[in-house]
Amino acid sequence: MDTGALLLSVELATLTTLLLVGLGLPLAWWLANTRWKGRFLVEAVVALPLVLPPTVLGFYLLVGLGPRSPAGRAFEAVVGHPFPFSFAGLLLASVLYSAPFAVQPFVGALAGVDRRLLEASHALGVSRLGTFFRVALPLAWPGVLAGTVLAFAHTLGEFGVVLMVGGNIPGRTRTLSVAIFDHVEALEYAAAHRTAALLLGVSFVVLALVHALRRGSLPAWNGR
Amino acid sequence: MERTLNFDLVRRFPRGPVVSARGAWPLDGERVTVLFGPSGSGKTTVLRALAGLDRPDEGRIVFEGETWFDAGRGIHVPPQRRHVGLLFQDYALFPHLSVRANVGYGLHSVPKAERDGRIDELAGRFGIADLLGRKPGELSGGQRQRVALARAIAPGPRLLLLDEPLSALDGPTRESLRGELRELLVRTGVPAVVVTHDRLEALALGDRMAVLVGGSIRQVGPVPQVFTNPVDAEVARAVGTENVLPAKVTRSEMGLLVLEAGGAEILAVDPGSAGDEVYACIRAEDVVLESLERHGSSARNRLEGTVVSRQEEGALVRVRVACGPTLVVLVTRESADRMGLAPGLRVVAVVKAPGVRVVAR
Repeated sequence: MDTGALLLSVELATLTTLLLVGLGLPLAWWLANTRWKGRFLVEAVVALPLVLPPTVLGFYLLVGLGPRSPAGRAFEAVVGHPFPFSFAGLLLASVLYSAPFAVQPFVGALAGVDRRLLEASHALGVSRLGTFFRVALPLAWPGVLAGTVLAFAHTLGEFGVVLMVGGNIPGRTRTLSVAIFDHVEALEYAAAHRTAALLLGVSFVVLALVHALRRGSLPAWNGR
Repeated sequence: MERTLNFDLVRRFPRGPVVSARGAWPLDGERVTVLFGPSGSGKTTVLRALAGLDRPDEGRIVFEGETWFDAGRGIHVPPQRRHVGLLFQDYALFPHLSVRANVGYGLHSVPKAERDGRIDELAGRFGIADLLGRKPGELSGGQRQRVALARAIAPGPRLLLLDEPLSALDGPTRESLRGELRELLVRTGVPAVVVTHDRLEALALGDRMAVLVGGSIRQVGPVPQVFTNPVDAEVARAVGTENVLPAKVTRSEMGLLVLEAGGAEILAVDPGSAGDEVYACIRAEDVVLESLERHGSSARNRLEGTVVSRQEEGALVRVRVACGPTLVVLVTRESADRMGLAPGLRVVAVVKAPGVRVVAR
């Protein structure tokens, strides 16, 4: 069993999910509420990874954040090492590549909250931020949880972007899916089986959970 | 301090109507003002602008000398700082919170002990003490309304805004809650604006009535006065004077006008300076139907005609009589049955001259 690759995959998926919740929720809240006519452009950018091959995203990230580009130098100045073939670079790529899996369910769930409830909250003197945490989030939480779980699962199984941006450095950028690829290349089918079965099992459990959430068969949030 | 509500606002909807409403009334004394008008007349737009949920394109709103909105000066006080109690049409209770948490929602900055005391006090006053542990989904329509009202009152609003407060209820509940709501509104002592398109609701809830037609406020006055003295034909139609007949003044005799409407002669009290082309407004309730044999009352207008249709409306029956003009008449079901009112029956429609309001056209 590739313990190192498993740990790395879980670490990458966890951090990616946390970042997507932290950045995706405000973005989704904005998308769900804005009346700006250009919002479809932002939605399209968020949805791009759904249709683009991961190699395209990886390619542009490598070019855009390469050591010779200004953005790449900025990345190096902040993180302390160059973007390609690093864990931080992998994390950034994963966040971008898994964004639609988190943001789209977030937007759907938040947009589904009755606007009048938000307005009632405002009229009762509660700020926009307070209304988000006291009304919108509790009511949208099945969708928010579904998005979170999907983003985690998607990152766990990510392959193309990882290979493009991260390469295959054990302990740094060698994730589960890359390990499977290696095993198959080396004709180690038994090892490939173990890892693949693990990913298959985890993915199935996650998707079952997401669909249970969508059907509302989980208990509602009990706010005070 | 000037205790008045004063607004003059314009709201344009893309590819839609323009609401341009102006109104001003005192907040002392008669507290409940009904904003009355047919659907699409802009009532809810005005209410939302007053609450701060919607930003008008032009104009200003001044409440008790405090500017809530002024397009020219770029002032828009957000709803959080207007201290307005809002009651939505379907009450908009927070479904994930208990009744207690709903009522206490606006008291977030109050210490817990004080908040609990205030919730209990309100629950007693609104008769919802037994419901505090429940969720909104487990309440009846009437209970929801009381919880929503308690929630709106809890933070001590300066103005209450109610959007069609009874329309989410079924018929019988609505009947019984009309009086109760009026009672609760009066007891709160907070000035209120109630939006409704229902005449009975307006009569039952309001002290003052502002009639909105086509996006602008046409008349403001005591409720019964507006009903019986609509300023123009559109207001008359909006407040439900069912018979608005185009008529021509043929002559004037001893303070009475003789009108010609649809081939019939109708006597009306001369309002003065109405011109020759007028509308004769007759409320359906003010027409009496008699069988052909009976006569000899003081009423001056006796129009013989034929019943065209009969429509049951609860305890009342709405009858159309072709007697030159076609008159809509409301009679009790009992009288209708006694007279055997049915299409084809010959009857006499009787209207007192003071029951005919003449409005310039």
